[in-house]
Amino acid sequence: MVMAVFVVAAVLAVVSALAAVSHRDPVVNVLSLVVTFFCVAVCFALLGAHFLAAAQVLIYAGAILVLFLFVIMLLGAPQTANDEARRPVQRTAGLALAAIVVVGGALLALTMQAVPPAAPVGSNAHAIGTAMLTTHAFSFELVSVLLLAAMVGALVLVRRKQ
Amino acid sequence: MMAPSTVHFVILAALLFGIGAAGVLLRRSGIAILLGIELMLNAGNLALVAFARQHGSLDGQVFVFFVMAVAAAEVAVGLALLVAIFRKQQAIDVDRLAIMRW
Amino acid sequence: MAAELIVVAGKLLVLATLLLTAVPVMVWVERRGAAFIQDRLGPNRVGPWGIIQPIADSVKLLFKEDVTPAGANRWLYFLAPMISVFVAMLTFIVVPFGDGKGVTILGVPLGSLMVASELEVGVLYLLAISSLGVYGIVLAGWSSSNKYSLLGGLRSSAQLISYELAMGLAVLGVILATGSLRLDEVVAAQSGKPWNVVPQFLGFLVFVVAMFAETNRLPFDLAEAETELVAGYHVEYSSMKFAAFMMSEYINMVTASALVVTLFLGGWTLPGVHLEGWLGLAVSLAVFLAKVSVFMWLFVWVRWSLPRFRYDQLMRLGWKGLLPIATVNLVLVAVGVALGWKWI
Repeated sequence: MVMAVFVVAAVLAVVSALAAVSHRDPVVNVLSLVVTFFCVAVCFALLGAHFLAAAQVLIYAGAILVLFLFVIMLLGAPQTANDEARRPVQRTAGLALAAIVVVGGALLALTMQAVPPAAPVGSNAHAIGTAMLTTHAFSFELVSVLLLAAMVGALVLVRRKQ
Repeated sequence: MMAPSTVHFVILAALLFGIGAAGVLLRRSGIAILLGIELMLNAGNLALVAFARQHGSLDGQVFVFFVMAVAAAEVAVGLALLVAIFRKQQAIDVDRLAIMRW
Repeated sequence: MAAELIVVAGKLLVLATLLLTAVPVMVWVERRGAAFIQDRLGPNRVGPWGIIQPIADSVKLLFKEDVTPAGANRWLYFLAPMISVFVAMLTFIVVPFGDGKGVTILGVPLGSLMVASELEVGVLYLLAISSLGVYGIVLAGWSSSNKYSLLGGLRSSAQLISYELAMGLAVLGVILATGSLRLDEVVAAQSGKPWNVVPQFLGFLVFVVAMFAETNRLPFDLAEAETELVAGYHVEYSSMKFAAFMMSEYINMVTASALVVTLFLGGWTLPGVHLEGWLGLAVSLAVFLAKVSVFMWLFVWVRWSLPRFRYDQLMRLGWKGLLPIATVNLVLVAVGVALGWKWI
């Protein structure tokens, strides 16, 4: 049952990811990526990370990709007629690099011995919250500073000069 | 039927990362490149969660949460840049961003 | 296992029936309420007090021609209303709508009436799924290939994201006071002390205002805005696709009302009333429905009383008004929890 869910989610994730990077229409790209992220959220749930699964949908699908859609509409969907990288060198190098990543990752994964995973860690949201505000408190504060900087930066970038 | 092991999740993560990387390298539209980067970050997240379960520790999950925050920050700035570029050039083709070259 | 599945299916059936009957009833209440507020009669020809009017309405919609505009992106045009209804129906499954303590069906103790009772991250799930609702509106606006639709979609995407923040912060106060993400525990935590609306009045206020924006209702219905955008994102829609948008709007109203009742007004509980068994189930269900109805009427009342906000006013209210107030509320609750105040 769990395996079946995983297989469906994985296949759907890969197919929609392919559509997300290859389709011409930027709106289709974003929508396919929504499907991919949803499938990844399902994988998170299968891994027992319910909190992250909800956060994934909330942050990625509900906020980040909506922002993409907003910008695409704001700019009037610039559909570039010829969108692929121009030089053949770029194209082959890109594909080769991607292939190396996939093959390398797969090889690495296959050479790992299937060790049964350790016992799942208790209540998810509580434990994550505690870890975030104790062990990782410094990183937590740093991330908030980063978000503030990004917000100010974005505002400065899009402001029209008076 | 067995349950999916860490290996399965890592292979899926590698696939997604590869697709995202190909998107970043092969496309010229700024939006498509940013989407590719998002996909790569997400693939990394998946691997992190899988390994977090493997080791029975929560640190990986906490890290994923930070990655999500960083991704949000990156998108905000990235999209603001795209809007600024579009106002200047009426296009977001990254190959045309060559005014700094000499 | 089988018995548990049957019980869950039963809960789902009750919930779906409640939600789907709420739609025609609300259509009737809205039309009659509007007439009452504007001092006219309203629909009163079909059945006593016009009560069968919604059925006549839906029959009319069903038989209308289903038009797809020439330049539309067919697939997305078809998908958008589906997404809207689907998302609207999905959100409700983590809301407890009654108390089945002491009731056993087929040997399974009923517990609180909540479909997804196993889900630990209830509130987060709810926020996540409802944040997907914006896709229905944005895609409808985009795929119609109509300027007014596009403007409506554009406006609503910015509006929904902005008000989601304030709403989330208001919810966070309740979660902080409860110490759990499950909505049945939020309800349980409110018995034996004042409802959350008392200590967290600011949060309640922010939530109610944001709820109007999130459901696209007047005074925040800028995505539709008849006077400037004709009907905004659903200008081109007709027949059952249009009905799907209307349905999702009303279901979202029910969900929002149920949420504000659960988070701030004690859900299905009444102070001093502790019943068990079938009687408790019936009473709790009735109390919950009554509380929700009050907010449903508030939606109608506000719609026909207030004018629409201008877009910049909407954004200013969201970012400079609600967000700081919600933050103050959160800080107050945090201080209260840290000091261990009993009534928080």
